Amino acid sequence: MPLLDIADLSAGYGGKTILDGLSLTAERGDVVSLIGPSGSGKSTLLRVLIGLTPPTAGTVRIGGEAVDYADKAGLKALRRRMSIVFQQFNLFQNLTVLGNLTLAPVRTLGVAPAEAEARARDLLANVGLADKAGSYPDQLSGGQQQRVAIARALAMQPEILLLDEVTSALDPERVGEVLETIRSLASTGITMLLVSHEMAFVREISTKVVMMDEGRVVEQGSPAAIFETPTQPRTKSFMQAIIRH
Amino acid sequence: MSGDLFSPETLAFLAAALGRTLWMTFIGCTIGFVIGMVLAILRRTRAPLLAPLRWAAALYVETFRRIPFLVILILVLFSVQAFAPDLSLLGIATIAVTLAATAYLTEIVGAGLDAVPRPQIESAEVLGLSWFDTLRHVVLPQAWSVILPPAAAFMVMFVKDTALASHLGVVELAFAGKILVNKGFSPLAGFGAVLVLYALISWPLGRIASSLESRLAASRHR
Repeated sequence: MPLLDIADLSAGYGGKTILDGLSLTAERGDVVSLIGPSGSGKSTLLRVLIGLTPPTAGTVRIGGEAVDYADKAGLKALRRRMSIVFQQFNLFQNLTVLGNLTLAPVRTLGVAPAEAEARARDLLANVGLADKAGSYPDQLSGGQQQRVAIARALAMQPEILLLDEVTSALDPERVGEVLETIRSLASTGITMLLVSHEMAFVREISTKVVMMDEGRVVEQGSPAAIFETPTQPRTKSFMQAIIRH
Repeated sequence: MSGDLFSPETLAFLAAALGRTLWMTFIGCTIGFVIGMVLAILRRTRAPLLAPLRWAAALYVETFRRIPFLVILILVLFSVQAFAPDLSLLGIATIAVTLAATAYLTEIVGAGLDAVPRPQIESAEVLGLSWFDTLRHVVLPQAWSVILPPAAAFMVMFVKDTALASHLGVVELAFAGKILVNKGFSPLAGFGAVLVLYALISWPLGRIASSLESRLAASRHR
């Protein structure tokens, strides 16, 4: 049984369809990369999965259990198993790095403050920011903020981590440090779903690559299959466009 | 008592009037701030159950911001006299200040809440934080720096508007000037004293408001 099972998922805003009956699965430990043109629904898929945008049809199952997106308790249960990192980091500006990492574990998971802090310091050490615990987000570079955001998501001990174009807002020189963090994360066996335009990275890190267009899955398979021997015309033209630039 | 503006008697009279002006402003604006905060938060809830309350809050704010303060004073005077004829004129004026301040401060607090970027709230949401925890740990700490400067400026401005309470017969600063003149002081002396006192309280209050503004603008945290 797959850890994450998305079936016929649809979503949209104001009569406009963004996701159009999308189906996708991920096994535990999978690193699934979503690629495709802008507006193909990649980021919307992540927003629907974490419950920020309501689905209009379809089901999402985690470990066989259907997620109830219309129910507060259902959303709460979901967010104990799944966490997300945004393109713009979105760290809480009024809290220190440590405060960002301990707020939710203490308030929503009921972890004791001392334990939450110890865990937070471990996570910061893992992302190479042990010395920044007392800093405020606006005192950090974009790359550092994004690594803190990843640590904050991990502080919730999720089974599934969603990464939404986490390097797109970064200074080119800072992209590498964030990719390095994700790379070491992948080796821990956590299940990841990521949207990225870093094709070389996608190819290196993914267990499965999913080509999306117009809210649907066009084609999916191993990185080698998608990048070297795509079968669908839409995937082929996308790959050609990428190679050309 | 004509002649000496600095006699103990006259000074005590002016001090009492000044006290009433400050009382109306501080008590009215402080209570107005607390209620305004509750109304601003209420207006931003989404629970269908609270819809009638949201509607009532909106009606209240939109109405009281559009009524001249003098009219609020007179409305309160007549309605309070029907229910609590023993309440002092100062008490009545303070209620009127509270009603007007609540309406304006609801808008000021609301603008501060709206200034917190939407992604900050979404981040709290996806981390599973409750509505109340999000408000307390994420939204309010960030809204504070946007709320306080205009709220303080509003209070400084309202010090002057409380002069309208003289129409009810509350012996606050403006009315005190008139009484001094009636007692034989020259208008220049009587209202001059009042002018100096208004300036003396407005100036430091204005300074506090603008220093708040620059200090809070300097850092988004703390």
